[in-house]
Parts: sequence; structure tokens; C-alpha cells
Amino acid sequence: MNGLKIVGLGHFVPENVYTNDEISKNIETDDEWIRTRTGIEERRFVGNDETNYSLAVKAADMAIKNAGVSKDDISYIITCTFSADFPVPSIACMVQSELEIGDSCTCFDINAACSGFLYGLHTVRGLLLQEKDKNKYGLVIGSEVISRHLDMNDRETCILFGDGAGAAVVKLEENYLYEFTSGSKGNYEVLHVGALNEDKQYVGMKGKDVFKFAVTTIPKCINNVLNESNLSIDDIDYVVCHQANKRIIEAVMTKYKQPAEKFPMNIMKYGNTSAASIPIMLSEMNEKGMFKKGQKVILVGFGAGLTWAANLIEI
Amino acid sequence: MFEKVKAIVVETINCNPDDVKLESLLQEDLEMDSLDAVQLNMSIEEELGIAIPDEVLTELKSIKDIVEYLENNGQ
Repeated sequence: MNGLKIVGLGHFVPENVYTNDEISKNIETDDEWIRTRTGIEERRFVGNDETNYSLAVKAADMAIKNAGVSKDDISYIITCTFSADFPVPSIACMVQSELEIGDSCTCFDINAACSGFLYGLHTVRGLLLQEKDKNKYGLVIGSEVISRHLDMNDRETCILFGDGAGAAVVKLEENYLYEFTSGSKGNYEVLHVGALNEDKQYVGMKGKDVFKFAVTTIPKCINNVLNESNLSIDDIDYVVCHQANKRIIEAVMTKYKQPAEKFPMNIMKYGNTSAASIPIMLSEMNEKGMFKKGQKVILVGFGAGLTWAANLIEI
Repeated sequence: MFEKVKAIVVETINCNPDDVKLESLLQEDLEMDSLDAVQLNMSIEEELGIAIPDEVLTELKSIKDIVEYLENNGQ
């Protein structure tokens, strides 16, 4: 099978750190409550001179350098985001322009909220499969500026999110494992950003419902890709979950009776960065030298839409 | 029913079985918070096929309350 090989990873988060104490100044919560319910200790928010595409550009630049590929060989740039700076040009087109990537490259954004990066990987694989030249590369970016969409007086949501970007350069690889599962179930009430006729487009969510949705959906996604590939969870080296809440990931870990090392987390430092969370995690794992050739990794995410997905990839 | 609930509680919140008694209070004795309660409810539904409505769940304060609810509302 033509699997999807990640050949380069990059990430970028803004410098501005906001601790739980800072974020809870005006609302009825505190550091201890936030840590125990979510695992989050701090998050990053963009400064005045930063934009969604400036984060995306830095993450993409790092991924291309990490991959060591020629920009001319990148055929697709897909940015996964719900928080673009403006409707058009797409963030992907802005990245192409800023990084001076050739104009034969197809650039567009997709919005599948927190599942975005996983949908992006599967989309780019489909596109690369159609290419006559199988040695072309795809650049998939998850980039979010969620701080623009937070009501800092809503304690259900403002404590949870952060800004950041992650990116992966990928190519097709013969005889590499690849499985994908996904689904969607339209639902505005449980999780949304924005409302009709409102100037401020804020995140709104029903926390308990999202928790239930996540804790039931993640195992279904994991089981789907395991069944399709005739593997068991013991064959998997890492399960990289969307970083939404430490308690969600711990619940999944407990269900599978797997060691914590298999479920890496960085939510403590960044909060939930939506489509950026999985590529940021992958890039940090790469920097730490955690990946070895032949390892099997499941990426699994869920989010607004509602949407969900998992990709099984080989390193 | 107590033994079934006890097993589910131990599995869900990963606590010492000796700490789960009929009179144990969920918050005070077992240190469960709202997310633990949601998870416990999901496990009960999965294992016993009985879903406790959210508005009822918030009223259940002890293991005894849960056991009684399940005994009165089970198949």
C-alpha cells in the first residue's frame, strides 16, 4: 500500500505565556481547578504583531528545513484551521507567498476544527496518489489563533485554548502502513465558534457533552484503524491524541491499559490549540528523538462539527 | 449490586478497592469531581446498560445512592 511518510516536522508557538493565575484573574476559577480538570498549566497567545499565517509560515519553514526537500517539489499546501486571519487569501496561499514556494503548487485551507490536521493528511494523500510523479511532497499545516475567539469572562472556555502552529512535509511511500477512519455528525450546540448576527465570534461549548463525545469516540477511532490493519494496541508505538484535556487522554489510556509513555502530552504547556495540537506534538517528539524507522503511530482527534478521525502511519 | 458498582468505581477512577464502601461519599471520601462522575456514569451504562440522567447524577452523593438508584431503575 502507498502509505504516507512524514519527512519533516516543524512547529511554532507565540512567545507570550499566560499562566492559569493570569487567565483566572477575572473569573471564578483558579490554578488548582484548571490543573486537575484539564491538565493545563499555561498557554500561549499571539502578540499584536502576530497572525495566524505568521505562525503557519514559521512552522512550515521549520518543517521544510527539517525535511531537507526542495520547495519546488512541494505540490500541495493545505492549512487546517478555523481561525484564519481573513476569508481569502487562504492561509495556505499566504504561506506559499511568504516562503516563495513555486506557483505550480496547489494551496487551500480546510476546516474540520480539531480534527483538521488528520483530515488534511488524508486529503493530501488522496491528491498525491493522483500525481503522475509519486515523488512530490505535500505540506500540511495546522495553525490556529484561538485567542481572538475567546470570551475571557466565560470560564467554561477561556481557560482551555491557546495559539500555535505545527506542520508536516509528507510524501507517498510504497509498502508503508496507512489506515484512516473518520466521521462527522453536525451539531452546533455542543461545540461551536461564533453565532449568527454576532460581532464577536466566540467559542461556545457544553463541556460535559464534549468530554463524553471524546471519551467514546477516541477508542472507536483507534479500534477502527487497528481492526483494518490487523494490529493490536500493543503493536502501536505511540498514540498521539488531540490535546484537548489531559483527563480525556488519561481515560483512553486507562481503557487500553497502556503506559503513559505511549500517549504523549504537551497540553500542560499550550492548552488546546485545535488543528495545531497534533502537529505541534509530533514536531516536539521529533526534536526529542522519539521516532525511529518502522514505528507505528496512531494520530487521533475529535472536535467541533462534530468531526473525528484517526490515521495510522508508519515512521 | 454494590459489588458490581464497586468494581466499576475502582476501574474507572483507579482507586484502592478497600476505600470503596457502601457509605463512601463520592466527593469527600473518593475525591471524585464532575468529570469522574461523567466517566463513572458512562462505565455504568456500558457495564450494566442503565444510563443515569445528568440531572439525577448531580443529586447522587454516595455509593449507596448510586446502588439504590440502579436497583430501583434496573431491568
